[in-house]
Amino acid sequence: MESRAIARIALLAAVIAVLGMLPSIVLPIAAGVPITAQTLGVMLAGIILGPRHGALAVLLFVFVVLLGAPLLAGGRGGLGVLFSPSVGFLIGFVPAAYVAGLVMARLKTLPVFAAALVAAVVGGIVVEYLCGIIGLMAIARMTPLQSLVATAVFAPGDVLKALAAAFVAEAAHRSYPAAIACRS
Amino acid sequence: MMTDGLVPTSWLHRVPAGVKLAGLALLSVLLLPVGDWRILAGALAAIAAVYAGFGRAGMARLVLLRPLLPLLVVIGGLQAAADGWNAGAVIVMRLMVMLLLADLVSMTTTMSALMEVLAPAFRVLRPLGVDPRKMALAVALVLRFVPVLMTRWRAREEAWKARTNRRIPPRLVAAFVADSLQLADRVAEALDARGFGTSAVDRQPPRS
Repeated sequence: MESRAIARIALLAAVIAVLGMLPSIVLPIAAGVPITAQTLGVMLAGIILGPRHGALAVLLFVFVVLLGAPLLAGGRGGLGVLFSPSVGFLIGFVPAAYVAGLVMARLKTLPVFAAALVAAVVGGIVVEYLCGIIGLMAIARMTPLQSLVATAVFAPGDVLKALAAAFVAEAAHRSYPAAIACRS
Repeated sequence: MMTDGLVPTSWLHRVPAGVKLAGLALLSVLLLPVGDWRILAGALAAIAAVYAGFGRAGMARLVLLRPLLPLLVVIGGLQAAADGWNAGAVIVMRLMVMLLLADLVSMTTTMSALMEVLAPAFRVLRPLGVDPRKMALAVALVLRFVPVLMTRWRAREEAWKARTNRRIPPRLVAAFVADSLQLADRVAEALDARGFGTSAVDRQPPRS
């Protein structure tokens, strides 16, 4: 793997961390899973880096968090995260970025905004929620319906974040044409 | 920001990281079948005592868990409604015991010690294309990028706020992301210039 890929993967991992820390974007919590711009970073990782490198960036972020860096939204980090009921959402970041990258690469004929929006919704919402729901069912022993209801609280915020991801991807593509891997 | 986890040195700091990780894994398996809330309450009390021993740093760590409280209440309530109060108490207490234990390991172990414990695992993964040297570089880059990006974002935020009272628009985030990507590409060029770049075959001119 070339240095450029490593630097970009590390950078997107850092962007995910920074977006989770911005107090100006952090919204009040609901049901214990903080709503922050962190998932915006996950969507962008897949959209910008493509499936493989995007998933690696998220994996790197999760790895650094587990090593103890307090980079999760709310300043959490360390191994305790693995035993938290919302761990499914964290693990789900990886397939979410991968799927977002896959969708983005498939929709090359669409304008960047439209392709990124679909990628963000499919990866960052559908796949991400699926993993979170499975996690809640396994760790919190919730029924599928209960987990779905508990998760649906975040849907409006995540739709806004998908729109933001599409907007950011398009604007970044315009100002730095080499930004998006599958479009350069 | 990165010093939040600093606690006074204790006997737990001196236990090797590998032993702590193995102990954590073992306890997570042992605690799973425990259905008696009194045993779990005893474990919680013991863990609380260790946290208290760390003084303010330990308490600060506990405060970070507060956002999880509503979720724990919901989980306990649902379980209690389905299987009775005992079941509700057991599931909430078991979650808390494991969370606090794992946090204890993280609090008393440095990142580099954890990386060293994991090094043999990376060597096993080597045939799959995992290069330990590049892994270490990637982790170091993330830890360096976070404060750099934070500073660059703050500068943008201040510039925006000095000019207007309006909320920060997404286009500010967009410019930030595009700029950061250029930063990453320049860092890559700097790495290659210093000979980190892999083989000559691997190296390609930047695509445009």
